[in-house]
Amino acid sequence: MADKIFRVNMSDLSTSVEDVPQAWAGLGGRGLTSNIVAAEVPPTCHPLGPNNKLVFAPGLLSGTNAANSGRLSAGAKSPLTGTIKESNAGGTSAQFMARCGCKALIIEGQPKDDKWYALALSSDGVTISEETDLVGKGNHEVAESLKAKLEGKQGVITIGPAGEMKMTAANISVMDPDGNLRSNGRGGLGAVMGSKKVKYITIDPKDGTLDIADPEAFKAANRAFAKSLVDDQTSQALKTYGTNVLVNVINEAGGLPTRNFTAGQFDGHDNISGETMYDMIKERGGKPSHNCHPGCVIQCSQVFNDKDKKYKTSGFEYESIWAMGADCCVDNLDDIAEADSLMDDLGVDSIEVSVAFGVAMEAGVLDFGDGKEMCRMIKEDIGGGTPLGRILGNGAGSVGRSFGVTRVPVVKNQAIPAYDPRTVKGMAITYSTTPMGADHTTGYAVTANVLGVGGKVDPLSKEGQIELSRNLQIATAAIDSTGMCLFIAFAALDDPNCLPALIDLINARYGISLTGDDVTELGKSILKTERAFNQAAGFTNADDRLPEFFYNEPLPPHNLVVDFTGEEIDSFWDF
Amino acid sequence: MKLTVKLFAYFRDDRFVKEVREYSDTITVGEIIDGLDIDRDEVGIMMLNSKHCSFETVPVAGDIVAIFPQVGGG
Repeated sequence: MADKIFRVNMSDLSTSVEDVPQAWAGLGGRGLTSNIVAAEVPPTCHPLGPNNKLVFAPGLLSGTNAANSGRLSAGAKSPLTGTIKESNAGGTSAQFMARCGCKALIIEGQPKDDKWYALALSSDGVTISEETDLVGKGNHEVAESLKAKLEGKQGVITIGPAGEMKMTAANISVMDPDGNLRSNGRGGLGAVMGSKKVKYITIDPKDGTLDIADPEAFKAANRAFAKSLVDDQTSQALKTYGTNVLVNVINEAGGLPTRNFTAGQFDGHDNISGETMYDMIKERGGKPSHNCHPGCVIQCSQVFNDKDKKYKTSGFEYESIWAMGADCCVDNLDDIAEADSLMDDLGVDSIEVSVAFGVAMEAGVLDFGDGKEMCRMIKEDIGGGTPLGRILGNGAGSVGRSFGVTRVPVVKNQAIPAYDPRTVKGMAITYSTTPMGADHTTGYAVTANVLGVGGKVDPLSKEGQIELSRNLQIATAAIDSTGMCLFIAFAALDDPNCLPALIDLINARYGISLTGDDVTELGKSILKTERAFNQAAGFTNADDRLPEFFYNEPLPPHNLVVDFTGEEIDSFWDF
Repeated sequence: MKLTVKLFAYFRDDRFVKEVREYSDTITVGEIIDGLDIDRDEVGIMMLNSKHCSFETVPVAGDIVAIFPQVGGG
């Protein structure tokens, strides 16, 4: 089945299936969403107006049986940052969309009436229908209801009440193989979907399969690739403890932002750590490892049960646990799991909103450490759309502006996640320069800074950090285009067989002959395209800076500040 | 001399989480690891007082040694 572009116009409720323009033929995932947004969205448009477009794209290898290839990219102009945005998630939708022959789904325009709609995507194209039953409902109910109603195994992409209310921390949820939720979390893309009045999208792959140009070569490359992932020691730890293994590591390194970024270590770290979480999961009959999409061999997700051994949440990640935990001084993992589940249901980014709570705690809106009050406010204020709930649901910057707080950890108005840039200095460069606003995944310098993966660069010194962040951001932009989970990078950084096997997979799928250099050039070109969009939207190098307090408030225990000059930060772009 | 030793992830299994232990004044971090029956090849991260160190680092009395297997996340 030849790949096509599926287009939906919500202004006149029309749909079309189009040939793929030559310029987009070699692109997938982030490379494709960012190029489509750059080509078709006016950079100065209002992100929630009719001129923005929401683009979904599976990766270059999604829909094949290549290990770990099920990531779905979503892209648009972000209502949170005002920049271009790509956010990717697991779940089944990327693979099903690829098997429908859909290289990208572009949703444009905006209905003039007040009705809500559902989109149904299959190999025939997209149909639009009015939706009434599930409007106002949480993501869990949407997923359960559609799973019961739909024929066969289908993908579901949905927004919760926060997306309907166009809160700028609203995310997009993607159903996983068990009917639970994964999230295109960052940057408020759920609000863009809400502004198009699309409540959910279903994807029916029927019996669609993909053409593989060289099946034998593909099989051999996949074997080598999967072996590299399975043998990697980091993958093995991820399978046992999940990403939350990092609480104790980053705490020990003094880089765990605590009490709204005023300390680098949290007294209650062991109560919320990956080790403690593993013991609780085992004791309560949950699952320490779980795959968020079919074909994942790392299985960093998990099923976390409550005290009564009933399902509470999954995809319970380090960054979310850090944000609700150390940053808000909550040391009770059950309170954190409850908050995580509530945020998944409402459809808000659990990094952005939790960091927003840390700022609200500093403002005295609620007390540091009060996990129960945090849960109540998520449910009643954010869920109920009260004025306070909307302030919180619009993110950390919104809370800071509303309550006059000056210590607000954001770059380009997006909350800084779980690694303090004063103590993990490579992340200072990544947060400052990535076209996405503060995002750890775009250039994860924690690898060489703290984890000893892909070399060693002293986290407490600025030496070597710009080059490290640059190389990682270029590689990440390319990996985000393949549909691969970024966690393949742990194997790729240390096993020389991993990346060549990945390139062999792409070549065998499409019958082409990419080299390692081509992949690097792809990464560079994506970053430059994204930056050009931001510049045309009005961003300058003055926006590539961390908030003032990182430069003048030393962080215990190492008592360091961010010491990069503006010129040094700008040199990131010398490529 | 007395040192605080902290273990993480599966290094805790059948060992301990955190202990104050008695060592000779010349012991290296590598020798502490050997004494715990941990294979050096399995060690991913070593820290002394919250700073990265090596197998050859020699701690002084009162120091905190933290030992992790190869881990990752993000």
